Amino acid sequence: MSGPIKASARWRQPSVLPGFGLSFGFTLAWLTLIVLIPLATVFLKAAGMGWSEFIAVGFSPRALAAYRLSFGTAAVAGLVNAVFGLLVAWVLVRYAFPGKQVVSALVDLPFALPTAVAGIALTALYAPEGWIGQYLEPLGIKVAFTWVGITIALVFIGLPFVVRSVEPVLADLGREVEEAAATLGATRWQTFTRVIFPAIAPALLTGFALAFARGVGEYGSVIFISGNMPGRTEIAPLLIVTQLEQYAYAGATAIATVMMLASFAVLLLINLIQAASRRRMGV
Amino acid sequence: MIHLRGITKRFGQYPALHGIDLDVAPGEFIALLGPSGSGKTTLLRIIAGLEFQDAGTVQLGGEDVSTLPVAARNVGFVFQHYALFRHMTVAENVAFGLSVRRGKARVAKAVRQARAEELLGLVQLEGLGSRYPAQLSGGQRQRVALARALAIEPRLLLLDEPFGALDAKVRKDLRRWLRDLHKQMGLTSIFVTHDQEEALELADRVVVMNQGRIEQIGAPDAVYMNPETPFVSHFVGETNRIAGPAGEIHFRPHEIAIAADGAEALLVDNVFRKGAVWRVEGLLEGSRQFVELDLPSTLAAPRLGETIRFNPHRARIFNADGEQSKGDQS
Repeated sequence: MSGPIKASARWRQPSVLPGFGLSFGFTLAWLTLIVLIPLATVFLKAAGMGWSEFIAVGFSPRALAAYRLSFGTAAVAGLVNAVFGLLVAWVLVRYAFPGKQVVSALVDLPFALPTAVAGIALTALYAPEGWIGQYLEPLGIKVAFTWVGITIALVFIGLPFVVRSVEPVLADLGREVEEAAATLGATRWQTFTRVIFPAIAPALLTGFALAFARGVGEYGSVIFISGNMPGRTEIAPLLIVTQLEQYAYAGATAIATVMMLASFAVLLLINLIQAASRRRMGV
Repeated sequence: MIHLRGITKRFGQYPALHGIDLDVAPGEFIALLGPSGSGKTTLLRIIAGLEFQDAGTVQLGGEDVSTLPVAARNVGFVFQHYALFRHMTVAENVAFGLSVRRGKARVAKAVRQARAEELLGLVQLEGLGSRYPAQLSGGQRQRVALARALAIEPRLLLLDEPFGALDAKVRKDLRRWLRDLHKQMGLTSIFVTHDQEEALELADRVVVMNQGRIEQIGAPDAVYMNPETPFVSHFVGETNRIAGPAGEIHFRPHEIAIAADGAEALLVDNVFRKGAVWRVEGLLEGSRQFVELDLPSTLAAPRLGETIRFNPHRARIFNADGEQSKGDQS
């Protein structure tokens, strides 16, 4: 490094960590290679079709129903995971019990399992004649081949994201703040809602965002349990595959483009919320 | 104000406290002093209700609170690492104890804010109420923690190594400030420390603990000048320990008289200035035991290799059972 620091490089401040230029350049190049170029191809391909054609395919009633289903079930599954993933993380951090490492490894299993395996297993369980489905059927509850089944598959897929995001923050929180709240007269419930939850909320949001994003893009585990009825239980990724199978590449990229922009908007929003809360807590 | 009787506590196989009895008068400022593992923090946590004794009773202000949970004891507790709620502003932290009150005890928001403001004034942090803990220095954070503990108008204040995480200068200032605050408020307070200087400077009475037992209770001066056990003699203040015919002889570096016909002779190994005195280190002639002496720095500094003859003065002799025998050599 030589020469005076240019005033124009406003965001580049002197730092004890050298090599910002090099590492930032590398980061950009890597992101470009791995993320931006493939995504740009999607845009280019979609741009090949006319505007009106893009709207016609990308916002057809069938596509809109698929978006609603994909984003809706991913959001519900993310919320379910936020609640129960927090519970699992809580138990893993707070209690020592025999077989804890086994439970911890089980949490990661959905990461490793081929998603199709999960889909087939869940379908076998929840189909009207399946182990669980046969008891739900008389009650008038249909799981397989409805949005509920899709949500269950996405809950399965997304669980590790929430658990692994929350766990370290919860472990780091320590007992002292809880004890402090107790000495000040707070009940257990007040301690949880006013002290613990706000402290882990950013991590929980990260877990939710990851589970949600994964759910939106999930394909393998869902197609078996969803039934794939167009307009009813057809998820957006499946619609894209359907388009591809009919050699409608432009149509597929149109739908992909809409999904991508929507996903990016949601993730950006979540990141902004987190940046704000981090600034506040000074971490 | 506080009466502890027969407090016993074990952690698994490890005995932490052996039948502790302690009485604290209203308005007293008590130091629990001891090395790590002496049980001092456990005792403090039992008084607070953060930990429960296996046997024995805790009485606060005439009321038996032995089985009362911490939230019902109304004691202020200050943690070593502050334990501030970092997602709340300083003012919200201070008002927390009032804001969790429900039903008849409910405190209106305006009252809570006014009280927080008043307490921040007391701890000299006026105008910082809207900051977050991350934006404060260590000393400021500890004062916020103190204000937060005082906000619930506790019947006593418990402080666990309150200055442990601070640097030396801040520590000293905060210490003096806490002593003044105690004088001003008169709130019965107990603090835990492993720093004997801190205990001697702040406390009305010092409780010296070792291995789950109380070794000695007394005014700082009494504990320093008349230690009753070898442990206290060694742990509080600097002490030389040399073997003598009747047992172990304890004397402080300054508790000596230089004499040409002195009973002991020190071969000077190292000399440095320690404030107003020369600290002289070396081995005793004959027994080759390590000893430190303080000599007035108005004298010329002793030279290395020189021999200094002296008599221990006000020495204490402890026999093999740790009992003190009358053996003033002065």
